[in-house]
Amino acid sequence: MSCDIRDQRICALATVAATIDRMTLTPTEQAAMLAVDLRGVTKRFGPVTAVDNLTLAIEQGEIVAFLGPNGAGKTSTIDMMLGLSRPNAGSVAVYGRRPSDAIARGEIAAVMQTGGLLKDLTVAETVRLTSTLFPHTRPTAEVLERAGIAGIADRLVGKCSGGEQQRLRFALALLADPLLMVLDEPTTGMDVEGRRDFWAAIRQDARRGRTVMFATHYLEEADSYADRIVLIRQGRIVADGTTAEIKAMASGRMVRATLPDADRSAIASLAGVESVELRGDTVLVRAKDSDGVARYLLSQTRARDLEITADNLEDAFIALTGDDADDYERSSR
Amino acid sequence: MTAATLPAQHTERRVPPLGGFNLTFLGLELRRMLRNRRTMVFVIVMPVVFYLLFGRKGATIVGTSLNYRTFEMVSLALYGAMTACVSGGSMVAVERALGWSRQLRLTPLRPVAYVSIKILTAMTLGLVPIALLFVFGALQGVRLPAHEWILCALAVAVGSLVFATLGLFMGYLLPSENVMQFLGPILGVLAFLGGVFIPVNVLSPSLVTVAKFMPVYGVNQLAHAPLGTGLGWEVFANIAIWLAIFVGGSALLFRRDTRRV
Repeated sequence: MSCDIRDQRICALATVAATIDRMTLTPTEQAAMLAVDLRGVTKRFGPVTAVDNLTLAIEQGEIVAFLGPNGAGKTSTIDMMLGLSRPNAGSVAVYGRRPSDAIARGEIAAVMQTGGLLKDLTVAETVRLTSTLFPHTRPTAEVLERAGIAGIADRLVGKCSGGEQQRLRFALALLADPLLMVLDEPTTGMDVEGRRDFWAAIRQDARRGRTVMFATHYLEEADSYADRIVLIRQGRIVADGTTAEIKAMASGRMVRATLPDADRSAIASLAGVESVELRGDTVLVRAKDSDGVARYLLSQTRARDLEITADNLEDAFIALTGDDADDYERSSR
Repeated sequence: MTAATLPAQHTERRVPPLGGFNLTFLGLELRRMLRNRRTMVFVIVMPVVFYLLFGRKGATIVGTSLNYRTFEMVSLALYGAMTACVSGGSMVAVERALGWSRQLRLTPLRPVAYVSIKILTAMTLGLVPIALLFVFGALQGVRLPAHEWILCALAVAVGSLVFATLGLFMGYLLPSENVMQFLGPILGVLAFLGGVFIPVNVLSPSLVTVAKFMPVYGVNQLAHAPLGTGLGWEVFANIAIWLAIFVGGSALLFRRDTRRV
């Protein structure tokens, strides 16, 4: 598009108008801009509640890790986002549409954990076949290149390693140039090197502004590759924050001291205290500001034998997602 | 807004025409079938070998003016097309087992387009044994008026639709990667009972009543009809009813399948 000198003012005006237009979106329109909008979603399989009244909003351009132990409800949630199953209650919207409509327009693509490939097609044929199903796609050669499998284009899928097959699934997901890419435990069963190469390709791709959501039960994957971590346990979100925030939660410390007849409520009201537990004469305080708690205990009470221990991210993950995590779950709400 | 850096904007995206049906897809599906040696043995080698073994007699079949050479040419073309169609249709079993159907559900491909491609692939492959058998028949000395060649070929090719839907039905019914191992012998029995290899009335008059209810009977009668074997309403009833059963059954099973996944 080119403007001559007189028209430039009109062009500038049009740009401003468009910008104002975008700034004055109604709440519904803003919700439509959300990449993922899950509201009160529940999924039951018989007596088992896999996803329990889960609400989650993901904005355009975020890289979100969906982190939780096996059976936490990650795959069930993803299946509903992809339109592969329907929630028993609640609503699921992807870019303001029903998931199946977003799929039909190539706005959302997924890399599943295993399966989903034909052994009797070659790598390039698989990509070519899939590309015919979308109205507009990136060129086959380009997605093969970006997924790092251009060198094995003529190999039969049945003869590819697990890592190569996973990169083929990634190539297929790249075809439609989706706005949102969902990866369900994408590196399960891959060796360390394959895992690193795979994430390098994903990271490279995400720089272009694509929204990425990946499910994983590997903590370090979430830590290394996501901007935001959503911790899920028994179908509920138990923590949601930037990687730094989750780490801060995780770096909460445990203050332990011997203090007979401790005043539980006084300790609980201190700044940064997350939980207080009394075990006989021992008091256990989980707090972000462990120094403050220690100062209080040593100066205002007769506490002795004081110890401060630091949690690492691994402990926090176990604490937040483990079976005895109810205390932390409450405190994180 | 970071969305602006993405190549295709939200509103620009469209849904594919024809639900994703296209000829490249069809071509790749055919190539897959041709790569499967076991299928090729059933579809091409076996009918031709059977014909060269059993179809050479010039003797006239009791109660007709047909000789075995001509009768078996059409019969074995039908048998080949039938195997091609059933294996083509039953490929959905393999694809379900491999998770490919699930993968396809993450694309804009509509289920109707997918099923149409399966059926058309199967029926296209079915043309190969028809052409081959007719060439071998001519080489063996079969002489027919042009319109009889064409009508016979057409009847076999179009009639195979029943078997493509049978394959589809079986593909959704059986959860196995090796459906054809199981279906191959069953097809043989069905073809025999439907009077494909030997006319039923030659075999035993009491079998005729049974044969009329077999899924292969209708198409078999239709395929030989241009040769002057006669065509009654029960032939069309047989074809229509079995087609309805296989299409309806596939649709039901397909629904169950997608609900469960």
